[in-house]
Amino acid sequence: MSAVWLTIAVLTVGTFGMKILGPLVLGERPPGERMLAMTGLVAPALLAAFVLYETFSANGHGITLDARAAGLGAAIVAILLRAPMIVVVLVAAAVTAGVRAFS
Amino acid sequence: MQKPSDIREGVRKGLPLVLPTLAGGISFGVLAQPVMGSIAPVVMSLVVFSGAAQFAALTVLTAGGGALAAIAAAMLMNGRWLPMGLAIGPFLSGGRVRRAAQSLALVDASFALSSRGDGTYDRGILIGATLPQAAAWTGGTLIGVLSSSAIADPGALGLDAMFPAFFAVLLAGEARGKLPLTAAALGALIALALMPFAPPGVPVLAASVAALLGLRSHRAKAVASHRELATGQAS
Repeated sequence: MSAVWLTIAVLTVGTFGMKILGPLVLGERPPGERMLAMTGLVAPALLAAFVLYETFSANGHGITLDARAAGLGAAIVAILLRAPMIVVVLVAAAVTAGVRAFS
Repeated sequence: MQKPSDIREGVRKGLPLVLPTLAGGISFGVLAQPVMGSIAPVVMSLVVFSGAAQFAALTVLTAGGGALAAIAAAMLMNGRWLPMGLAIGPFLSGGRVRRAAQSLALVDASFALSSRGDGTYDRGILIGATLPQAAAWTGGTLIGVLSSSAIADPGALGLDAMFPAFFAVLLAGEARGKLPLTAAALGALIALALMPFAPPGVPVLAASVAALLGLRSHRAKAVASHRELATGQAS
């Protein structure tokens, strides 16, 4: 039991620490052009990684191909058809659930 | 600098995430209850509030690992807050304490929603979008802990597939233009290359290196404008 609470205590401080480190290091200086050229690319680079990680990660260890990939495929079709956000995520869930039910 | 949006606007943008986040919280509660008891998972969701880090720690604890190994696994997942924090830092407001408090709102989806696409970030969206997610995450964990034995398989509804779909929508909006598209492709390539063998968290953290492309393009632009200036003076 104490291992659990020790983990929680350290991770509370550790997670908060990682989140505030960037903003505190930079302080209140306005961002320069060099900085903006980079920060603008953090979102697309990380988003691409999130999509792959959330679709193909096998519980954090290695790569696996399962029903989530079908859900993502359906979501991409919905995006190309310009469906609104809520429709895209519901389509992904429905297709994934369907593939799971029939496999 | 553009003014930040109203927090209510951020809350509205965060609403599509309530259902998948709730499902994620329920999964965490269901899986954590046998290992951590009924109170600890809820407290953890409330104070740690980082799904990826919590699942990483839980995986280690479930396998019988100690606190040190659980903390190390979770902190690897937390590594990505550093590049995200550096990106949003300049757009927070107030003194050190206020900035630190605002950084607490940093979560993956809110970070992505708050990006304006030109290198600036909207703190109103960041904070607003996090509020419903925080409620759903902790509330979901509570439901999961209480119904631990009643829910057989939280994955049956396919709710876990809502996250990649959500991020794909945001990516389609962000990856416009040659440079953002290149950064996205490079980030994807890095993540995919590392996923088969790197510890959890590392592939996503490493993908942020793709943002350094911005440095090169900035230098190229600076050189070009310098040349223009030089030729302009010569003629």
